[in-house]
Parts: sequence; C-alpha cells; structure tokens
Amino acid sequence: MKKILSLLLSICLCFWLCGCEYAYKYFDLDLKANYSQELKGTTLTVYNWGEYISDGSDQTIDVNAEFERLTGIKVNYLTFESNETMYSQIKSGGVTYDIIIPSDYMIERLIKENELREIDTKKLSNYNLIDQKYKNIFFDPQNKYSVPFSVGMVGIIYNAAQVSQDIPNSWSVLWDEKYKDKTLNFNNPRDAFMTAQMYLGLDLNSTNKNDWDKAANLLKKGKDNLQSYVMDEVYGKMETGEAAIAPYYAGDYLTMYDTNQDLRFFYPQEGTNIFIDSVCIPKSCKNYEAALMYINFLLEPEIATANAEYIGYASPNKAVVNNPDYCYYENEILYPNQKDIPKVQYYHDIPDDVRMYYEMLWCDVKLH
Amino acid sequence: MNKKSFGNRLIASPYIVWAAIFIIVPLVIMVYFALTDASGTFTLQNLASLGRYKKAFAISILYAIIATVITLLLAYPMAYFMTKLKVSSQKMIMMIVMLPMWMNFLIRTYSWITILANTGIINTFLAKLGIGPLKLINTPGAVILGMVYDFIPYMILPIYSVMSKIDNSLLEASDDLGANAFNKFKKVIFPLSRPGVISGITMVFVPSVSTFYISQKLGGNKTMLVGDTIEYFFNLGPDYYNIASSISLILMILIMISLFVMNKFSDDDGGVVI
Amino acid sequence: MKFLSRFYIGLILFFLYAPVLVMIVFSFNSSSSVWVFEEFSTKWYLGLLSDSTMLTALKHTLIIAVLSALISTVLGTAAAVGIMAIRNKLANRLIMGATNIPMMNADIVTGISLMLLFIFIGKLFGMTESLGFATVLIAHITFNLPYVILSVMPKLKQTDANLHEAALDLGCTPVKAFFKVILPSISTGIMTGMIMAFTLSLDDFVISYFTCGHYQTLPIIIYNMTKKSVTPDTYALSTLIFIVIFVLLIFYNMISSKNEAKTTKRRV
Repeated sequence: MKKILSLLLSICLCFWLCGCEYAYKYFDLDLKANYSQELKGTTLTVYNWGEYISDGSDQTIDVNAEFERLTGIKVNYLTFESNETMYSQIKSGGVTYDIIIPSDYMIERLIKENELREIDTKKLSNYNLIDQKYKNIFFDPQNKYSVPFSVGMVGIIYNAAQVSQDIPNSWSVLWDEKYKDKTLNFNNPRDAFMTAQMYLGLDLNSTNKNDWDKAANLLKKGKDNLQSYVMDEVYGKMETGEAAIAPYYAGDYLTMYDTNQDLRFFYPQEGTNIFIDSVCIPKSCKNYEAALMYINFLLEPEIATANAEYIGYASPNKAVVNNPDYCYYENEILYPNQKDIPKVQYYHDIPDDVRMYYEMLWCDVKLH
Repeated sequence: MNKKSFGNRLIASPYIVWAAIFIIVPLVIMVYFALTDASGTFTLQNLASLGRYKKAFAISILYAIIATVITLLLAYPMAYFMTKLKVSSQKMIMMIVMLPMWMNFLIRTYSWITILANTGIINTFLAKLGIGPLKLINTPGAVILGMVYDFIPYMILPIYSVMSKIDNSLLEASDDLGANAFNKFKKVIFPLSRPGVISGITMVFVPSVSTFYISQKLGGNKTMLVGDTIEYFFNLGPDYYNIASSISLILMILIMISLFVMNKFSDDDGGVVI
Repeated sequence: MKFLSRFYIGLILFFLYAPVLVMIVFSFNSSSSVWVFEEFSTKWYLGLLSDSTMLTALKHTLIIAVLSALISTVLGTAAAVGIMAIRNKLANRLIMGATNIPMMNADIVTGISLMLLFIFIGKLFGMTESLGFATVLIAHITFNLPYVILSVMPKLKQTDANLHEAALDLGCTPVKAFFKVILPSISTGIMTGMIMAFTLSLDDFVISYFTCGHYQTLPIIIYNMTKKSVTPDTYALSTLIFIVIFVLLIFYNMISSKNEAKTTKRRV
C-alpha cells in the first residue's frame, strides 16, 4: 500500500517538474505607455469572444498574463459566442463585467439602452494609433463609448480537395444540392439570416417583416442541404475535412489554413457583411481605471500585433497594419485593394419589434 | 406503525425554511414570469403562443420515449445477467457501470462525435472496407444514441438492485411447479422487478426530454428540443424570460403528469427506488 | 447460456466505455485534433499543469462539491430525523412532496427557476452582481438535499425505537442518545447520501450553467470549450479524473473486501 502510494506521489512530482518547463515564459515587451502598479490586487473582468485574444499557445504572447505581471491586476477572462449571449448576460443583472468587446450593431443597441459608460480617450495614450477610418462610425459617431479592436468581413471557406475549383463565387453554394451534407451555416440568427438576405438581395437591416419572412423561408428550404449549424465548431469541421463549405469570418479562414492547406476562400459577389468589434466599458464596471489601463494595453503595438496575428482578423491599429513584420502584412484577404473590396453592409440595430420578430423566426427555422 | 420519534420535529425546520425559499419560491417566480408580460402585467399571451413550439415538444417527447424504450431493452437483460454472476463479480460490474457517471457527461458525449463523424472512427474503418461513408452524425439517431448512452446507468442500477433482491427460492418454486422459462419471467421475475423498471424509466425519461446539450452536439444544432428552445430564449436576454418561463412551466407540468401516470403503474405508494 | 450472458454484459460495457476509450487515446495525440490521430505525445498532460483556467475551475468544482455535500448532509440528516417526528400526515406529505420536486423536475427548470429567484433577490437588495459562489453553492445544496434525505430516511425507519428509549431510560440526554444510538445505526445511509451528493455536485452542468455567474466550475469550462474546438487537453484532464476515481475505487474495494474477510474470520 505504502509502496503504491509513494509511486503515485513520485509520478505526480515528475509531472509537476516537467510541467514547469511548459509554463509560460514572459516576453520582454517594448511598451509605449507607462503602467503603474497602483491598482495591484484588484480584479478586472473581461468578457470577450471565444478565441479572440492571444493566449500564449505556440510561443505567442499571453496578453492577459503579461498584463497581470505588468500591473498586478488580476484578469478574470470570460468568453461568449454571440453578441446576443453577451447582451443577455449584461442585462440579466446577475453578473457584471469591466470590459466587453461587442460588435457594431450591439454597441448601438447598448448605447441606446444606456448600458455603456463613456471612455475617456484622453487617458488612452495609445488611442492615436487607431486608424482614422475606423473612427466616427455610425454606431458611435463621437467615439465616446468604444475603441475599435478588430475588423472583419464574412466570406465562404471551401475545401479544394472536396469541391472543384469552379465553385461559383456566390451565396448560392449554400443552397446547391451538389454540396448536400457538406455545407455548414451560422448558428446565430443575425449571421444566418444575412446569408439568405444577401442571396436574395435584401437589405440586412430591413424593417419590413416580409423581408425577414422571405429570408426565413429560404433558410428553411436550405436546411436539408446543411450538415449542421455551427459557431466556433467550424474550426474542427473544416480543418479535418468533415465539412467542405462554410460561411465564416475571413480571419478565421487564415487560422484554419495554417492547419489545412486545402482550404480556399472567397467573398461572394452578392456582397457581404462587414463588422467592427470594439472594446467597451459597461455601466456596471467596477474597476474603471484598470479597464482604461487594459484598453491602452490592448492598443500597444506589440500586443495589438500579437492579437491580430493570433486572431487573424484585420486590425484597426496603424502600428499593426504598417508593420512589415506582421504576418498578415498587406494580406489581400484582410486588407483587399480598393478595387477588390466586396460590396459590404454593416448590421445596424433594428427596432425591437422587428428584432424580436426575426429572433422568433429563427426558432421556426430550427424547428422546421 | 406507531414508532417513537428519535428527535424533535423542530430540527427539520431549517430544512423546511430552505425548501420553502429555494424550492417553492423559485417555482412561484417562474409561474409569475410565465403569466406576465415584460412589463409585469398579467397575460395568457405567453401560454397561448406556445403552439408555435409544439413541434419542439413533440420531437422531445418522441425522442425521449424512443430513448427510454431502447435503454430499457438494453438494460433489462444486462441487469438480469448481472444477478446471475458471482457476488464478487456483481460488485465489480456495478462499479464498472457506475464509473463513467463520475466523469463529465459533456466530454463523454463529445467523444461520440469522434466516433460517429464523417471522418470519424466508424466511417474511416468502413472506408477501408470500401463501404460508406454512412451519415451517422447530425441525425436524430445520433441524438437518441446520445440519450441512451448518457442515461443507461440510471436504468441498469435500479433494475439490478431490485432484481438482486428477488428471493431465489421463489424461482426454484416456480421451477418445481413446472413453469417454463417464459412463464417464470412473466409471472415471477417481471412483476417483482417492476419497481426498478418504473424508477429506471423515470430516471431516463426526465433528463432525456429536457436535455439541451446532446441535441446540440450530436444533432448538429439542427433539431431544437424543448431544452434547446428554453436555452435559446434565455440567451436572448430578459425580454424573453416570460416566454422561456412559460415553456419551462409546460415542460414541468408535462413531466409531473408523466410521473403521475408512471406512479399509477407502480404498486409502490409513490416512493421511488433510487 | 452462460457464454451468451457474459457476451452480452461485455457488449454493454463496451458500449459504455467506447467513448471513454476514445477520450483516453486522443488525450495522447500530438496534434491538437480530437478527430485525427497523429503521434503519441504526453504534451497535453504537461500543458495542463500550466493551464490556470482549467485548474481554477477544477478548484471551484471541488470546493462546491465538498461544501455542498457536507452542508446538505448535515441539513438533510437533521431534516430526515425531524420529518420522521412530524405526526401530521398532511404536513408530512407536503414536505415530502416538496422534497421530491428537485429530484423529479428537469434540471433546466430547476436551474432557471433558481436563477430567476437569485436575480429577483439581487434586484431587491440593489446588488449589481447577484450570481456567484454563494448562489451556485445554494443551488447545489438544494438539489443534493432530497438525495440525502431519501437515503437517510429508510435507515431511520429500520432503526429500533426501543434502543433510543433504552438510552433515555439509562439517563442519556436526548441529544446524547441521538449521537450515541441513532447516528451509528443510520451512518451507512448518511454516507450513501453524502457520496451521492458529492457525485451529483461534481458532475452537475445544467443547474450550474444558470446559477454560477463568474464562479465557473469545470463542467461550465468544458461546455465553453466544446463550443469551440475541443483540444486534447480537456480529454487529458478527464482521463486524469477517470484514473484518480478508478484508483480510488480499487482501493475502496480492496479495503472493504479486506474488512469483510476479517469479519468473516472473526465469525468463524
């Protein structure tokens, strides 16, 4: 008995010692702003999309760990998978967050519902790194509530080993019987409706309920063709060849391409959705100064580059875009030339009754 | 039964207070949400609009019934054969059956994807034989399989524990009286094992009818069971608490009715064997 | 027939363990896929030790499981004894009916109703953050209690009331009589209830999902991971948990069979 116990203990010890070698090694960062330790011991709760920050895997920078070491502030990092889930958490009153990173239309809605706190950009010494073209956008015309984090467009990813190269550059592939059981679609109403709306040539922000009905009917029709509705499960399915065609965010294609070089990408000719995800501070924030510090840290050229490289989305940060060492420097998918830019539309916040109408419609699609 | 009590009934009072606050009050609040609109005024609108989700209810009940029947068919012989083993092996097998229950069911369900996927273990194997690929994942069958898999221990254990208590002399007596195997089963074994079957059925049916994870992972998010519907609405924010509560309320009533019906079938006075 | 029954048992066990086997195999995969096996590697196990999210969640899970099992055992045992003392049939039925609710009801309904209660109370007291450690603990105690009560009660019913009376006659105070006489005779029921409570709490996902706030337990983390790409590290952790429980069970079995052997020897 004792022998077995000591054997077990020594195995544990071995694991522990080996594990230390795998522990994260801090980088020698070259930072532009000064970070004090005066908020040491406080906690900052960050609520971000899944897979949306450089986390130290594969010798990348662990952004949160670096921030913790630098400032002594403990980062409580949580993730969500859709704007709506994030919204429901904010509104539930059950939990509070200090930093959230929603998309444009959701920011518009949160501002309208008075859920966001103003960000004092004068206190952000790195704020001038944000490209002028991502400022004063419709959802936050005076840049009072949000600091752009990343920018992206939706396109279609396909597997060239399974699908011939003459695949049409159109949303129609999602309804093409040729690709039955090989295609995926979004598992959230706004993006899934977008694929149908674009195909039908409808306005993404239509306030006409009939338009949403039309899109819903198309989605119902295409449901049989689909293998499944996915969010971030798309990585596994596309990388292994489980599925052959999936609409998803351009940046994620680049991440998947690293694992599977058979994957290809295009922006459909009918046009697509463009989005900006920005950092915001909710009203319920309990550690405002630390939140500002964190935002400024995210804007640091080195940190922003690490994030942009990890996430694979386009960056609104000039220090990243103009850095020739940045792995997606002048990448034509993320930063297309003026003439190659697809027709794009932003999502806007739409009136409550229409929004609730399509959120119910999505249920019908799923139940179809 | 006129037994002397061992203690004062007052020592149950902390629990009674607890049960009132954390069992009864939450249900009252849920009923309140189900019967009001977002502004808090009384309405039957939520319940009236539930017709829209009748398909979710229908599919959930159908899948849960199929899963329960399959589970019963698989578990009953298992429990029976277990009682025929040596006592020490019985203990061992019990342990082995229970062991997976200590592991996270999310992970166990997830690993079925690896087995069933188009590029998964079964289809890779079939491809080597020149067959397939079969469409296994993202089908109703996969969802039902997930239910059967996740909840089968809850069926095996109660049936086994009831069967292992059947007095062997009863079986011998029926042999002596010339009963054939079928009659022995019909007249002796099955009636005696019924309480176990009943509690097994409830313990499989209830989680199956209300699950929201299995259908998402193994059904490819394409079917929406009642559990999924509730979860979907809850994740849209407080605007939908009313509708989500009314669906939950109906689900609860449905479960209570089915338990009531099940209890009618059992000779027990309402107690459930664990 | 014998062969057939063994074969059948083997088949069911295979069904039960096939996914577990898959999980163990893929936890040793060198690539980050849980679909395609590349090479043997233990890197996920080593990586686990530096994964603070996972370890924190494990810690949370253990804290909640231990605390909720202990509290519900104390509260539930007291409740069982007290309920037995209640003579009023209607009151007794009502209490037992309420006790059955969390056990019979769907987890999702229990979880949602508790969440609505916690948020309601939070708003009543003007709290900005009503969900967290306390609420998930309360929720776990709540769904553990019925199992404790229902494992203790049958043992209480079996206990000979005369013993208790005898102890009182011999000059024990009621409290002392309880601890000296009643408690030992229901201890197996209490143990069963506690182990059951611990197990249920450890594995609970649905109720925690609605009530945990920022205090995320392991099943919640795993759920979030299965929403993206699951990497073998989750499998590695589950394999470790599996092995720990397996070893514990074997130890437990060894000890209990040793004890049995001892007692039979003594009897002989």
